[in-house]
Amino acid sequence: MLKCRTVWRTLAPLARTSSTVCRQNARRAGLNNGRLPACVPAAHMSTAPAGGGRENQLYVLLVGATCVGGAIYAYRTVKGDSQRYQDRIDEISSRPLKTFTEEPATPTQSEPPAAPSPAEPSPPAPDAEILAPIETADLPSADEPVIEASPEEAAEPPVVEPEPSPPSEPTPAELTEPVADSESPAAESAAAAKPAEPQLEAVTESGDASPASHKVSSHTPYLLIGGGTASFAAARSIRARDPGARVLIVTDELVPPYMRPPLSKELWFSDDPSVTETLRFKQWNGKERSIYFQPPSFYINAEELGSAENGGVAVLTGKKVVHMDVRGNKIKLDDDTEISYDKCLIATGGVPRNLQVIERAGEEVMKRTTLFRKVEDFKSLDKVSRNVKSITIIGGGFLGSELACALGRRSTESDLEVIQMYPEKGNMGKVLPEYLSNWTTEKVKKEGVKIISEALVKSVVSKDDKLEIQLKDGRLVKTDHIVAAVGLEPNVDLAKSAGLEVDSDFGGFRVNAELQARSNIWVAGDAACFYDIRLGRRRVEHHDHAVVSGRLAGENMTGANKPYWHQSMFWSDLGPDVGYEAIGIVDSSLPTVGVFAKATAKDTPKAATEESGTGIRSESETEHTASSPVASSAPSPTGVQHKDEYGKGVIFYLRDKVVVGIILWNVFNRMPIARKIIKDGEEHADLNEVAKLFNIHDD
Amino acid sequence: MSSVREEGKDRIIFVTKEDHASPSSAELVEEDPNDPYEERGLILPSGEINWNCPCLGGMASGPCGTEFKDAFSCFHYSKEEVKGSDCLENFRAMQECMQRYPELYPQEDEKEQQQQQSSETKPTSQDSAETSGANSSATKEDSDTTKPNTDDSVES
Repeated sequence: MLKCRTVWRTLAPLARTSSTVCRQNARRAGLNNGRLPACVPAAHMSTAPAGGGRENQLYVLLVGATCVGGAIYAYRTVKGDSQRYQDRIDEISSRPLKTFTEEPATPTQSEPPAAPSPAEPSPPAPDAEILAPIETADLPSADEPVIEASPEEAAEPPVVEPEPSPPSEPTPAELTEPVADSESPAAESAAAAKPAEPQLEAVTESGDASPASHKVSSHTPYLLIGGGTASFAAARSIRARDPGARVLIVTDELVPPYMRPPLSKELWFSDDPSVTETLRFKQWNGKERSIYFQPPSFYINAEELGSAENGGVAVLTGKKVVHMDVRGNKIKLDDDTEISYDKCLIATGGVPRNLQVIERAGEEVMKRTTLFRKVEDFKSLDKVSRNVKSITIIGGGFLGSELACALGRRSTESDLEVIQMYPEKGNMGKVLPEYLSNWTTEKVKKEGVKIISEALVKSVVSKDDKLEIQLKDGRLVKTDHIVAAVGLEPNVDLAKSAGLEVDSDFGGFRVNAELQARSNIWVAGDAACFYDIRLGRRRVEHHDHAVVSGRLAGENMTGANKPYWHQSMFWSDLGPDVGYEAIGIVDSSLPTVGVFAKATAKDTPKAATEESGTGIRSESETEHTASSPVASSAPSPTGVQHKDEYGKGVIFYLRDKVVVGIILWNVFNRMPIARKIIKDGEEHADLNEVAKLFNIHDD
Repeated sequence: MSSVREEGKDRIIFVTKEDHASPSSAELVEEDPNDPYEERGLILPSGEINWNCPCLGGMASGPCGTEFKDAFSCFHYSKEEVKGSDCLENFRAMQECMQRYPELYPQEDEKEQQQQQSSETKPTSQDSAETSGANSSATKEDSDTTKPNTDDSVES
C-alpha cells in the first residue's frame, strides 16, 4: 500500500504530462517510436517533418535518458522513505516500556481530542498491572498527542495510533506495527513530499516527555497538584459532587494538607510546650484543634485509590511534579513516575520572596534567615526564638506584622528583642489608609515590638556571630536572626512544560473567570491570576480565597461551570486590641471613607469569638453562609469619647466612586452585608448611610 | 453629632449611636433567588440537597461520605409519618462506617444526622449539645453541631 501510493504520488505529475504528450504525439502522426514507453515527459518544441531521422534519434535518446533518470529518482525516493520509516519504528520499539491505563476514548480523533468522559472511570488497574491495559492498547486515548500533531489531517479516517513507547511484550508489539503502518499514509496524504517524519516526530516528542523509566505509571481521574488549602477545598468539593470520586493530591511537603493562618497567629499563643509537635492550638474559648484539615485516617493510600469502592482522597507526600504534558494529560514526578489524569488542578501556591541583599550576602547570613511559610518554618522559628536574643522581621505586611506581634508577646516572657522594619510609614501601609496604619503601628509597638519604619535594607553582613543590617539612610541594626516576610512568589514552574500562560502584571497562572487555564486544567489559590467579574483581573493570597477558589475549581472540575462570584474575605489580628475583617480590593492607594464609632471593651477579637461561641472568626464567618445574615443587637455600653480612637468602624475603599473593598474594623459577624455591597457595585452618594447598615454601635 | 475630617484622599467620619439611629437610606440591589452563581445553602432551590454546602463540613466527602449521603437523602425524601423511619438501614450503615473512624467521627455525633453545621475552612465546631462549656472531649477533629438551618439560606 505504501509503495503504490508513494510511487503514484511521485510519478503523478510525470504521468499527467506524459499522457498529454502521448496524445500530442499521436496527433502528430509521423513520429512513431516504438521504443519510447508511454510515460515520457517529452517536451517537443517542434516536430521535424518526416525525414529528420537524425534529430529524432537525438530526441529519443534525450527523452529516454530523462525517463530512466526519472524512474531511478522515483525509485530511490520511495526506497529512502520506507527506509527512514523503518528506522523510526525500530528506534521507537527499542524504547523501554511505558504504558498507562487510559480510559477507552471514543474515537473522536478527527476533532481536537477532548478529555475522555470522567464519569465512568475504566476499571483502573493499580500501579503494578500493565498487561490488562496493554490489551486495551487498540483504542487508547494516548494516541491523542499524535492526533493533535496533525489536526489538518482530520479528513483522514481516524487513525488509531498506540502510545509512542510501545511495550516490549510481543503481542502488543504486533499490534503496534500494523497500526503504525497506517500512520504514514495519513501523513503522506497531508503533504505529498513530506515524509512520515512530522507525524513520527510528534509521536516521539510526546514520547520524549516520558523518558526512559522503569517505574510504573498510573492513572487518576482527579489530580490535584499541591497539597495546601485550595487543593483540600477542591478535593472536598469534588467528593461532595461526584459520588465515589477518586482524588489524588500530590504535594512536595511531607505532611497532609493543613491551614496556614495559625502558623503566624494562634500557634504562637499556645501554652502547650509541645505545640511544635502536636500543632494543636487552643482557641479563645478553650476548644482545641489541629492545623491539619483532617487527621490521617481521612485519607486513603495512593496505592488503594484505584480499588477503593467508594473512591476517596489520597495524598502523595514528598513528591514534586516536575513536568506536565498537557497533550498527553499526564504529569511526571521527580522520581520519574508518571501519572495520567482526566482533570487536573494546579494549586501550587507560592514560595516566599527573599531580599536580594540577603541572597547575595552569603552562607552565614542565609543560615540566620527564615523565609516563613510552612510548618517546618514555624518549628524552626519557634526554636530560634527561644535561643537568640534578637530577631528582626523585615516586612510590614500581614505576615510580618502578625509574626512581630506574636514574637513581641513572647518577648515579654523572655528577654527577646523583636524588631520590625519596613519601607512604608506604618504597619500594613499598603493596606490601611495612613491614619489607620499609624494607629496600628502604635498598637504593635505596645505589643513589645521595636518598629523601624521607612527602612530600606542596603546590605546585610555577618560579623562576630551577629548579623548587621545596614539601612540606606545610614542606620545600623544588629540582630541575631532575620525573618524575611517580603511577599510571595507564585509557583509557576509548570507553566513552561505545560504551555500555560503566566500573567505579567500579577504573576501566577492566567485563568478565566471559571478558574480554567485550559481544557482539563484549573488553577486555584495563591497561584491563580483569575478574572473576577466584579473587580477585574486579580490574584489573591488569602486563606479564605484559597478555600473559595478551591471549592469553585472542584465544582467546575465536576461540571458546574460557575465563575468566581462569591467574594472571599480575609482577616488579621494584631494583638488583642486590633482585629479586622476585610473583603474585596483593599489597597491604601485608593480613596477611602472611614466611619468610626467609639471603642468599648466589647469590641475586640477576643470578645467577638466569645460572643459567637466559636473558636476562630473565620469559622463564624462561614457559619453565616449557611444561615441568613443577622447583625447581633446587644446594646453596647457607652465608652470613653476619644476623638482619634479608631475603636471600631467601617472603611470603604472606592474606585471610580464604587465601593470595591471594605474593612470591618473591630466589627465582626457583618461580612455578609459587606459582601452584598461589593456585589452590587453601586455608586452610593452618602457612604455614611451605607455604614448604617452595619450597626457598628451594636455588638 | 458626627464629625468629618479629610486627610488627603481619605475621609474620616465619627458617628455617635444617635447619628446612626435613623434607618439607612442606602439602596441595595434586590437579590435574585434563582441566581445560578450564588452560593446555596443546604437545600437547593430545586429541592435537592447541596452536598457541597460548607455547613456539612467534611461529612459528604469523607470515608463515610457515601453512607452519609444515602442516609441523609433517604431522610430528606422520606414521606413517612415519622420522617426517616424508613431509612433505618441507611442510618445503621452510616453509623457502622463512622464507628470505624472514631478520629473523624467522634461518638456523640451519631445522634445528629440532620442539619449539621461545621465550617468549610475549619471543619471543627463544637457540638451544640455541649456548648455549656464542658470540655467533655478535649480534642475534636471533625465534629458537628446542630444549629437550625434555614432551608434556602443564601448568604448575601
